[in-house]
Amino acid sequence: MKLKLKIWRQKNADSAGKIVDYDINNVSPDMSFLEMLDVLNEDLIAKGDDPVEFDHDCREGICGACSLQINGEPHGPDRGVTTCQLHMRKFKDGDTIYIEPFRAKAFPVVKDLIVDRSAFDRIQQAGGYISVNTSGNTIDANAIPINKHDADKAFDAATCIGCGACVAACKNASAMLFTSAKVSQFSLLPQGKVEATERVMNMVKQMDLEGFGNCTNTGACEVECPKGISLENIARLNREYLSASVKG
Amino acid sequence: MSGILNTSIARKIAMALSGLFLIIFLTQHFIINFTSVVSPESFNEISHFMGTNPLVQFLLQPVLIFGVVFHFVMGFILELQNRAARTTGYAVYKGSANANWVSRNMIISGLVVLAFMGLHFYDFWVPEMIYKYVEFNSEDPNRYYEELVHKFESPARTGIYAVSFILLALHLWHGFQSAFQTMGVNNKYTPAIKNLGKAFAVLIPFGFVVIAIFHHFNH
Repeated sequence: MKLKLKIWRQKNADSAGKIVDYDINNVSPDMSFLEMLDVLNEDLIAKGDDPVEFDHDCREGICGACSLQINGEPHGPDRGVTTCQLHMRKFKDGDTIYIEPFRAKAFPVVKDLIVDRSAFDRIQQAGGYISVNTSGNTIDANAIPINKHDADKAFDAATCIGCGACVAACKNASAMLFTSAKVSQFSLLPQGKVEATERVMNMVKQMDLEGFGNCTNTGACEVECPKGISLENIARLNREYLSASVKG
Repeated sequence: MSGILNTSIARKIAMALSGLFLIIFLTQHFIINFTSVVSPESFNEISHFMGTNPLVQFLLQPVLIFGVVFHFVMGFILELQNRAARTTGYAVYKGSANANWVSRNMIISGLVVLAFMGLHFYDFWVPEMIYKYVEFNSEDPNRYYEELVHKFESPARTGIYAVSFILLALHLWHGFQSAFQTMGVNNKYTPAIKNLGKAFAVLIPFGFVVIAIFHHFNH
């Protein structure tokens, strides 16, 4: 396959970036999107140019490291996959592909296609945990009976890998889907109920402090989420917030 | 107020509550307007009651005005915050791939409805206030129907009215179900709420337009 790539290049966080055109000729339809970028980078290095910087780690869709806004959609045109699971067979020979970093004020560009997603870490640190006695008297989590429906919903929420596609897709750059998943995975379980009030108030406060936008329920996040995190979680977050506000 | 509305979710909940309040108001407004088609006498009677009852005039009307102003002002505040949350835009952004036009452009449909509200106040509310509280005219319980019909004589005004209500329909198409989601309602009843919202978004604005066209062609 021959492709025309239009890639955002930015030297560092302080410099202005721009879209740069690249032609790539030796792309196999069986390559993953990141392997295609690896090939491009090998060519660039061979020519003495700077390779295109992008985030990646596990390359099997479970770590949440890879990102990229591909032709206007986070993780590209495929559904339920991360960029590392996107294959070049989803594109046609001769296609032009725009590759940009996830855009949000709370996700500043570090270099090229790499953005700083530590805002998510700070939201998590604000309350996305439970306090457990680890002094030798720890109660086995499996010893607490949990209704199957709730356990399934909590597990579904816990599959969020924190990649940031929800923020990238949202026209408001809202982090509500991420925050709601992280609140839901605890609020549905008995272990999470103890700190439920502080958790939701603190995580929402941190989410706002980071400068993410407001949720307007367009549903774009749910469609683009590689893990299929549902809007039900945002409704649950809203309920948790209402309930915590009433408790004070 | 800033204390109550100091988080994004609180502001969204306030937005949803004011929206639901305006939906209830719209329903009662439609019912009253509809009586003008079936019985001018009933329309005059109800309008006279609404225009002279102290509870309606001095409690419900200020609450309604607050609800309208709050919904618009908060809408602008949220829109500005949302725009500020993405300072560098995308070269390519395929919004239509994952969300419908209506949900992405509530500010556009909202602005058209706001412009219409300006015209509506100019047409009905301002003359009504002048009639009652500036000129202190004696109350005529039979004037309302004639005033309504008179406004719909103009084809331009009837046209603007119709277009505005199409935009209101689009606003409600997303807004109705969105308000429930914001209030935390997403359960087995959600498909029914979404369908009810779509039916409301089509039938009520369409009904308003039908009433306007009826008076335009009937007089």
